[in-house]
Amino acid sequence: MQDIAGSLALALRLVAGGDPELWSIVALSLEVSLASALLACALGLPLGALVAVREFPGRRGLVVMLNALLGLPSVVVGLVVYLLLSRAGPLGSMGILFTPGAIVIAQTILVIPLVAALSRQFVEDAWLEYREQLTSLGVTPLRAVPTMLVDLRIPLLTVALAGFGRAASEVGAVMIVGGNIEGVTRVMTTTIALETSKGDLPLALALGVILLAIVVSLNALAYGLREWAVKRHG
Amino acid sequence: MEWHRTLARGVRRRVLAACVLALAAPALAQDFITLASTTSTEQSGLFKHLLRDANAALGLEVRVVAVGTGQALDMARRGDADVVLVHDKPAEEKFVAEGFGVKRYEVMYNDFVVVGPKGDPAGVRGKDVVVALKRIAAAQIPFASRGDNSGTHAAELRYWKLAGIEQPRGGWYRETGSGMGPTLNTAAGMNAYALADRGTWLSFRNRGGLEVLVEGDTRLFNQYGVMLVNPAKHPHVKKVAGQRFVDWLISPAGQASIAAYRIQGEQLFFPNYWPGASGR
Amino acid sequence: MAEPSQRSEMFPLEARAITVRLGGHTALDRVDLTLDGRRRIVVLGANGAGKSVLLRTLHGLIAPTSGTLEWACSSVRPADQAMVFQRPVLLRRTALANIDYALAVNGVGEVERETRAREAIERVGLAAVAGRQARVLSGGEQQRLALARAWSLRPRLMFLDEPTASLDPFAAAEVERVIAEIHAAGTAIVLSTHVLGFARRIADEIVFIHEGRVVERTPADRFFTRPQTMEAARFLKGELPWNGIAPSPVA
Repeated sequence: MQDIAGSLALALRLVAGGDPELWSIVALSLEVSLASALLACALGLPLGALVAVREFPGRRGLVVMLNALLGLPSVVVGLVVYLLLSRAGPLGSMGILFTPGAIVIAQTILVIPLVAALSRQFVEDAWLEYREQLTSLGVTPLRAVPTMLVDLRIPLLTVALAGFGRAASEVGAVMIVGGNIEGVTRVMTTTIALETSKGDLPLALALGVILLAIVVSLNALAYGLREWAVKRHG
Repeated sequence: MEWHRTLARGVRRRVLAACVLALAAPALAQDFITLASTTSTEQSGLFKHLLRDANAALGLEVRVVAVGTGQALDMARRGDADVVLVHDKPAEEKFVAEGFGVKRYEVMYNDFVVVGPKGDPAGVRGKDVVVALKRIAAAQIPFASRGDNSGTHAAELRYWKLAGIEQPRGGWYRETGSGMGPTLNTAAGMNAYALADRGTWLSFRNRGGLEVLVEGDTRLFNQYGVMLVNPAKHPHVKKVAGQRFVDWLISPAGQASIAAYRIQGEQLFFPNYWPGASGR
Repeated sequence: MAEPSQRSEMFPLEARAITVRLGGHTALDRVDLTLDGRRRIVVLGANGAGKSVLLRTLHGLIAPTSGTLEWACSSVRPADQAMVFQRPVLLRRTALANIDYALAVNGVGEVERETRAREAIERVGLAAVAGRQARVLSGGEQQRLALARAWSLRPRLMFLDEPTASLDPFAAAEVERVIAEIHAAGTAIVLSTHVLGFARRIADEIVFIHEGRVVERTPADRFFTRPQTMEAARFLKGELPWNGIAPSPVA
């Protein structure tokens, strides 16, 4: 209890004090997680929608795999990406290892299955309602993908947020491919891990509180947006 | 309808920008080298202090990836680091012998301590680490080991061997497979003994009921070595900048910087480079 | 709006021995039907008799389990025949944008889209709400919007599946008016309904379905006064409201 109260106080002090190191860590976390979430959505949303609306051979297998990938152990992804980006690996000459770019790559790989699976779920349910009408209008399944995504933009915003949350909470893979380098690839989650392992629990907790606050406010924003949209669009 | 298209275009542009920025980051950074080192060194806070001085002296950014000694050397073998700074002499010498390192320089030392519960159930308090380990094993009091192929772990195993125990086994011997900090966390939580480097111990804040019980044994001496990764094996290694850093570390300025680092007034690392000793 | 010329090209539509089995149940049983695109055809039948399935099969939404469906020209562009459903599905955008979407999907250029969309929305009397979100419109307005959307594609044939079933009498009357206008402007109509009054007002010809079989096909005035089959007679008397419970020998 003492720890938590102390951490809250510390968290407030850190935020109010505008500690530049803290803010650069927060800024980096937001940057890489946002980039990963956007990339994952750009790839995952259409993928999920396509699987939802189109029949093709092997579709069922793909759906099973997509759902299975949800349980992808993140450290495994981290390890694989590390081996790919390592100098000894195929993409080593790009020099991306231990840079924010590597973090974005690893996080995107982790988030795509989540976004695709959720997108597929939403679009599949809605497709039951839309299919006949759109087909009647001459809309092919392929053409229907952007239409469905745009029409379901509000529920899909929740999906995007879930993707962001997943990206922002990743530790293991980020450690491995980022190297947790101070000032370069040290993000909130890896800092929390580091401070915890140093036994500096109050600081770690304080950072955790800040991270939580960010995620909670984003979700609150999305909630408000949904309410407004329902009123507007019906 | 119109705004859909504009929004899509805007989002696409921003995503592209983020990706380019993220991927171009390496190209945009100031001149830097990658230093593979150990978690214990990082967690002692030495690097924050030392690398600030290095940056001021050399105009060079040193990016530290802190992992266990085994992993650091492995990283260097793969060519993912330019310079290595670890504390496991046999492993380092092997590294150079295999051709992955150019030359090994002894840079500094700190010492290990044995920490344990204040009540000292195994009665180890004193100056002899080997006797202490013998007593802990005999009494089967919980002992938290790093078990992670690190320099500290390698040293710990050497001490066990000196105590006549090839590999400790049993429920009392707990391998955490993690860094110094987490291992100390575990030891504090279990009221167990552990071998720690003094640096991590001094900056460790979650001590619980633990305190230093064995220190001062000359065998607890923990030597650090620095090596430039061999550009013959990995042509992309930043050999000029890397060598500049190594040279600075062993220079009087670098050695003074090492000595100047203190926690609570106590010096953690003791510079000990002298030209005759290293270079094997 | 629609071109009456070249209408004969896609007609007649010949449906031969169409059988549709859905989930183990025979929805259509060896149906033969010819559409010449000249008369206003209304499909009548009890609930579950197969009206909706018939329309969807003719439109191409359901593939027949057996039998053939042939247009005069073997390929018919989707826009040549449109369908309006009992409950219109509209996108979460403005009323006008919904029409624009349908036109865009069918390859109409940007400038022409604007003209045709505005034209369509005016024709159905919704110009005042063109900029409002389609999904907040009333039931009747949504259905008229769906009609405008289908009409803007200049279809030569329009299927309508129970277009007024979900509407109150006033809204239903408005929709009836629009449908009549659509036909007057040159689009062939095939619609299903269970509202007999509507059928009487609009039909030239009645196709009566009972338990998946086309049992009777007669000019409208004769159907309502002197139905030829027993099932039709019982239907008109209101004795077959639900899924044709009572078995009946085919006349």
